[in-house]
Amino acid sequence: MLAFALRRSLTLALTAWLATIVVFAVLELVPGDPALLMLGVNAQADTLAALRAQMGLDHPPVERYLRWVGGLLRGDLGVSLTYARPVADLVAERLVVTLPLALLSLALSTAAAIPLGLLAVARRGRGGDWAVLGFAQIGVALPSFWIAILLILVFSVTLGWFPAGGFPGWEAGALPALRALTLPALALAIPEAAILARVTRTAILDTLGEDHIRTARAKGVSRTAVLLRHALPNALLPVATVLGLQLSFLVAGAVVVENVFTLPGLGRLLYQAIGQRDLIVVQGVVVLLAVFVVLVNALVDIACAAADPRPKAAS
Amino acid sequence: MMMNRARSFAVATGVFALALVGGAAAWAQARTDLVIGMSLEPPHLDPTAGAAAAIKEVTYANLFESLVRVDSSGALVPGLAEGWTVADDGKTYRFTLRPNAKFHDGAPGDAAAVKFSLDRARGAESVNGQKGYFASIASVETPDPRSVVVTLSRPDGLFLFHMAAGDAAIVSPTSAATNKQKPIGTGPFTFDRWAAGDRVVLTRNPEYDGPKPALERVSFRFISDAAAQIASLKAGDVDAFVQFNAFEALPEFRNDPKFAVTVGTTEGETLLSTNNARKPFDDVRVRRAMAHAIDRKTLIDGVLYGNGVPIGSHFPPHRAGYVDLTGLYPYDPAKAKALLAEAGYPNGFDATLRLPPPPYARRGGELVAALLAEVGIRLTIEPMEWASWLDKVFKGKDYDLTMIAHTEPLDIDVYARDSYYFNYRSAAFVRLEEELNRTQDPAARNALYGQQQRLLADDAVNGFLFMLPAVTVQNAKISGLWVNRPIQANDVTGVTWK
Repeated sequence: MLAFALRRSLTLALTAWLATIVVFAVLELVPGDPALLMLGVNAQADTLAALRAQMGLDHPPVERYLRWVGGLLRGDLGVSLTYARPVADLVAERLVVTLPLALLSLALSTAAAIPLGLLAVARRGRGGDWAVLGFAQIGVALPSFWIAILLILVFSVTLGWFPAGGFPGWEAGALPALRALTLPALALAIPEAAILARVTRTAILDTLGEDHIRTARAKGVSRTAVLLRHALPNALLPVATVLGLQLSFLVAGAVVVENVFTLPGLGRLLYQAIGQRDLIVVQGVVVLLAVFVVLVNALVDIACAAADPRPKAAS
Repeated sequence: MMMNRARSFAVATGVFALALVGGAAAWAQARTDLVIGMSLEPPHLDPTAGAAAAIKEVTYANLFESLVRVDSSGALVPGLAEGWTVADDGKTYRFTLRPNAKFHDGAPGDAAAVKFSLDRARGAESVNGQKGYFASIASVETPDPRSVVVTLSRPDGLFLFHMAAGDAAIVSPTSAATNKQKPIGTGPFTFDRWAAGDRVVLTRNPEYDGPKPALERVSFRFISDAAAQIASLKAGDVDAFVQFNAFEALPEFRNDPKFAVTVGTTEGETLLSTNNARKPFDDVRVRRAMAHAIDRKTLIDGVLYGNGVPIGSHFPPHRAGYVDLTGLYPYDPAKAKALLAEAGYPNGFDATLRLPPPPYARRGGELVAALLAEVGIRLTIEPMEWASWLDKVFKGKDYDLTMIAHTEPLDIDVYARDSYYFNYRSAAFVRLEEELNRTQDPAARNALYGQQQRLLADDAVNGFLFMLPAVTVQNAKISGLWVNRPIQANDVTGVTWK
């Protein structure tokens, strides 16, 4: 187990380092000058030079890369070129939106998907099953931003139940903040739930074919009890694995959904920073996201390994 | 059993939703607040250190004041200076400041602050997006705390106009360094907070030494997505949306008595910018052929849903000095083909049209390509994001054609710049510009502007298309929002609720 965790940490460090190189190189190659973007079409050569010096862009790329990575190692993400504020502060400020959003949509999708999966199995081949499969098919095909616009039209514009966008901040109270996050979380959760419901259905069906289920049934355990007590717990392992993978997609989806709902989250920060060529912010956020994704995958692996003794014995 | 679980889940979800909805109707009455929607978020809030229009659209006249101020009609009125005199030689300006002006942190809004601001904007370390506005200043003196004497090295007909710009905002030496995040000016509103990515909130300045605005609290919300803009208005999340560009939704808002729609003027000449140095566009016959091939009415209907005014040169029709040249190259595809044949392109040619992100450019570019295709000019459309457009097209001059609105007020002088991205060189135009700079008399200046417009139209330097409209969709109970945009600003000091 220790060797496993150690190997994982090594992968993490390597991935993070590769991410710094890739993101830095890509941003160097992409056309666009942050100073020119800031000062616009009437900027004079001398003001552009002054701003570039202020931004620290007058040094060669290798030096800037080393300085940035050196800062990262000391836990310093640098200072945003546009906002003139520490990247760590910006990220912290945005995480309080994106993290609850991701968790809320994860909770909503799981809460919907597992009952739906169970329902499909219980009603296998009948109406309920077809309905769940239909939802799964459509839910996967619908893009989040489209669902987002639809939700806004129905629940904000027509019914007026939720705000059409924006975020009042947690300081305005938990309820207004949650109200602002509900529709975006739903927009993210629906495609998510569709995938998860399918996975749950298949995983339960797979377990139902196994010997211990037959034994349980032979012992006279009711169909429902078999499903809930014997099949479901065993089916949760593949579901958890997919859930972990989905978390990365959730972060990507958040970029789009945060823009539709104008939520001040990490995704919107990244989107705006790319447009502004705020290299320092883009670099910092991308590396953090890369680390996050690797970390989640590692955690899922470790959790699965802990729950299931077989891979450990093999290694 | 199974169904019971599903049902209780559904009930739980319903209860959760109701609980959230319950908190909705809390704030309804007190209408001394205003929420304005804008498409773009400012990168920071220091108008003296960035060109983004959004910076000025939050801060101008609200937070910061310049010596002179542009009012809703475009006239120059007192700002931080309550009056000024100009010496006969046109080189000495004497400004008298308001007696009790104060910055929001209590620092005096006096002559020393003005001298500091002007010297900072023209100094070696300046990162002012319009440093050129200050180029004619030779010295700034402060004979007493309320008087500022600016001496110019040469007469500058636009000097006062430039001193009214947001870029010439007067800042305090005590807070200039931190204005990006915590702007401190002398204006009637103070900065309250900036929820980055969402909104900037201003509150009324109780210490303001001039007339106090009716609004106590103003929020600027940033919503870039067109569908979300429409939804935010309909849901009542924003009270007014300025520079609204989902034109297709306007009939709906016009038909709804809850809303008022205003269409005003901007300074945005929208051009089919042409690389005059590149073949075949270096041939004036080709440029004139293109002018004959472009039907402005089709463009205005297609891009702006009819809400635009055609132009025939680089000058806004609402300004004194305008000459109507829209009839110079009437829409005539046959004539365009004949001109192309004369220039040696009987079968037309291929070229690239690089388009920046604004909707007018993306939509307009498609229409321009379709119109030019009818006379044999085959365009390949290349959409670009701003950073790439600025880098490649504007700075690198690597383009054939592009479409862009030039939004700076009175910016016809760009055609006199050698290095500008049009690659247009005309000694005659430069001579007119030099004469303009020497001329103070308004009538004489307007005559010179007229000659400049004719020259540009005659040379068909660019495709002169239309003026970008200033469209505002607002709650019908609001009055006092600017209809026209003579300068980049959302001056809310005169806004009231009915």
